[in-house]
Amino acid sequence: MQMDASILFQIAGIGIIVALIHTILKQMGKEEIAQFATLVGFIIVLVIVINGLSDLFQQIRSVFLLQG
Amino acid sequence: MDIIQIVTLGIIASILYIVLKDLHGPFAFVIILVTGLIILLVVMKQLGSIIQLIESLGEKAAIDGMYINTILKIIGIAYLTELGANITKDAGLGAVAAKIELAGKIFILLLAIPIITAVIESILNFLPST
Repeated sequence: MQMDASILFQIAGIGIIVALIHTILKQMGKEEIAQFATLVGFIIVLVIVINGLSDLFQQIRSVFLLQG
Repeated sequence: MDIIQIVTLGIIASILYIVLKDLHGPFAFVIILVTGLIILLVVMKQLGSIIQLIESLGEKAAIDGMYINTILKIIGIAYLTELGANITKDAGLGAVAAKIELAGKIFILLLAIPIITAVIESILNFLPST
């Protein structure tokens, strides 16, 4: 998993698109579906973040000999 | 030059944060989180060689490996605690950040117990037994 600015743009893009979908669905009067779309977008972003977080924790663990 | 990339990353992250802050709150926070993560990951990869230098110096000075390992673990706990405390503070949870810092201090003290007892025992050896 390459960690550079592309992941940042990815998250920002997902955020903008989700906000757009949320606004459009709200205008159409479908409040529940709008909330659901926001939730799904957030879960997708969360998966990316958790991947990076576990990467970082593994790295710290191997560097600082924190096995226990 | 890694430092230029890191500084650029920080600037890009701030611009994205400002754009996303009004649009959608939670994603802006995720941007902060990921930026800190990437920078720390880059630093950790460089830090490995410094740690190796410290270990080789310790072996040359014939220091007991246990002490250097304990110090490395303490530094690792300090970095992790700092990361967690800063992220929680950014999210607006100052109280939780303070508790995380407290936990980090307690665990560091817990790791330092063998060294402290060794120091106290050597001091007691100097004292004349009554």
